[in-house]
Amino acid sequence: MSSRERVLARVRRALADVPREERPQDVVVDRGYLEVHGSRTPAQTVDLLAENLADYRARVHRTDAADLPGLLARLTAEREAETVLAASGLPAAWVSAVGSPDGVATVVTEHDGLTLADLDGVDTVVTGCALAIAETGTIVLDSGPGQGRRRSTLVPDHHICVVDCGAQVVDSVVRALERLDLTRPLTWISGPSATSDIELDRVEGVHGPRMLEVVLLDPPL
Amino acid sequence: MSSTYLGMPAFPEAAAAATRDERLRANLRHATHTIRDRRAKAVAELEDWAELRAAGAALKNRVLRHLDHYLEQVEEKVTAAGGVVHWAADAAEANRIVTELVRATGEREVVKVKSMATQEIGLNEALEREGIRCYETDLAELIVQLGDDLPSHILVPAIHRNRSEIRDIFRERMASWGRAAPEGLTDSPAQLTDAARLHLREKFLRARVGISGANFLVADTGTAVVVESEGNGRMCLTLPETLISVVGIEKIVPSRRDLEVYLQLLPRSSTAERMNPYTSMWTGTTDGDGPSTFHLVLLDNGRTDTLADPVGRQALRCIRCSACLNVCPVYERAGGHAYGSPYPGPIGAILTPQLRGTSTALDASLPYASSLCGACYEVCPVAIDIPEVLLHLRERVVQGGRVTVRGRRRTVRPARGHTSERAVLRAAQWVLDRPGALRAAQRLASRTRGLHPRRLPGPGRAWTDSRELPRVPSEPFRDWWRRTRGGAQESPGRGSRAGTSGASGDDRGQEER
Repeated sequence: MSSRERVLARVRRALADVPREERPQDVVVDRGYLEVHGSRTPAQTVDLLAENLADYRARVHRTDAADLPGLLARLTAEREAETVLAASGLPAAWVSAVGSPDGVATVVTEHDGLTLADLDGVDTVVTGCALAIAETGTIVLDSGPGQGRRRSTLVPDHHICVVDCGAQVVDSVVRALERLDLTRPLTWISGPSATSDIELDRVEGVHGPRMLEVVLLDPPL
Repeated sequence: MSSTYLGMPAFPEAAAAATRDERLRANLRHATHTIRDRRAKAVAELEDWAELRAAGAALKNRVLRHLDHYLEQVEEKVTAAGGVVHWAADAAEANRIVTELVRATGEREVVKVKSMATQEIGLNEALEREGIRCYETDLAELIVQLGDDLPSHILVPAIHRNRSEIRDIFRERMASWGRAAPEGLTDSPAQLTDAARLHLREKFLRARVGISGANFLVADTGTAVVVESEGNGRMCLTLPETLISVVGIEKIVPSRRDLEVYLQLLPRSSTAERMNPYTSMWTGTTDGDGPSTFHLVLLDNGRTDTLADPVGRQALRCIRCSACLNVCPVYERAGGHAYGSPYPGPIGAILTPQLRGTSTALDASLPYASSLCGACYEVCPVAIDIPEVLLHLRERVVQGGRVTVRGRRRTVRPARGHTSERAVLRAAQWVLDRPGALRAAQRLASRTRGLHPRRLPGPGRAWTDSRELPRVPSEPFRDWWRRTRGGAQESPGRGSRAGTSGASGDDRGQEER
């Protein structure tokens, strides 16, 4: 007997008390919990997102499409970034001002030939996201256009993530899962990496990017 | 402390030693109190916590009652998404499978994400024996590994170490495992964390094989989920070419939608956060993103034996949040090592004796490692009634009975050391069945109360090691009631018997017979 058969046979013997005709959906699950906590206008939802992101030590910026290139240029210059990685599929206009007027950064667009060593030399990575969750202060990446491969937002020490507040902000975890495709690789990010392993003192910045900046992009009026 | 659980003493002996270690107690007290207060705040933020908790319990019940169905579904979906599924009936088989998979890659080292399942099966030691080095990458696990120590908490495995101990371990041991600790390392948590980042980074960037567990397996999509904080999980899950995940068969949730329950319950119960910094979800393999080979090892190792017990199976709902450890008065004083397994605290006291059986003195002692105060049940996000299972397991230890061991039904004999307890209970049963004898015994006890010792002699001595003998009242309750009818109420013809209850009794037999 293979181990597969052995384990399945043990499971079936162990469940001798479960009536043969019972189906999984016969086990009642009462979903009496809330889909969204509280009621907010879309603007209040974005405010809550900003508040919760900041609460977990992400730096939050708000801007509009016209000022976005200037903001990204300033943020990369502040970090003195020399190499800035633009996730594949990121709108070229977003990073068009990076390196000017007084920054030194070169923009590299993500491509297949990028090695881990190359990535390790990247100072800042700029991405979009699939969505952001206001109640928990979470951004979710699904490797879609403008979000890059998972390693591209992991190895560099500085991650700037742009959230389109017109279309990408949801209220809650429930609303997020309704929209996400689980067959894509997903990364949920809530603040920079952190640990509390030493006397439960929270320290930000372990292996993932030690600096997470989230740019909330206001929709056109 | 050495890095093995083999041959550890029973809980009372281990706990007695641990409670004498004042530094350990101070570290534990600080840590458990800090986190329990934070958890309470994080939970209080959600007005629907009770409903989430009920749904979390019900969903796991659904999975457990139809586990065969869901296991086959997971296998089908993971395979369809490009993963390879393996089945391991026990620890030895799981270790063998993983060893062969690593060997097949030609690699001699692997990076690991903290995982309860791989600790349970002793994977690191098994791989070491085959000449494969495992690097633990969670900060606390790194502290434990460098210190040749054992984890003592599910979430914060080095909770028993304070910052200066950690600094000493890093200074002395890092160099022999890779990049040495920086010169002049102090005990500030930020500096220690930075040292760990530098030490591990070269390992992440060069690793070809990663090993993980999973917090959840979604049956209807075949998605694995890992919840973490530091980013070491993301490193191990995405940078290597080969990923091997060892996952207990009870980690399944039915559908994508069900994650909405657990992704609210787990972070708040565990790290007391609205959401943990990183959650990774992957389904098989994805071209050009992450590992090109994914192996899922489904682990039984006593889980089906646990499932066979309709009372005890609720322990399999556990999502390893560790909230029960942080509120437990016994854990807070005894620490995690005394429980003799990777699962300490209240959940360990019910999980370990079910996964491993109660044949050793240590495992038979675990159901007694509790004051039955019930705080663990209160905080459990999937409503495991730990006190109920503790009592159920105590009964099994004392009386023996039918259990399932490695898939076979068998009858276990009562554990040794409970002979006098059984004799006392048999005697009590005899007396309680005979009102006359009970009355005589109670009166005898009252009259001789001046002679009662504070501690029992002979085989009863162990019982009074940690308990005081109850004081016997000067008059049995029933005699007092007969005499006074509850005190104030003095009806005609009754009051006259006051003070004579000890001797008279001719009108009593009827109601008792």
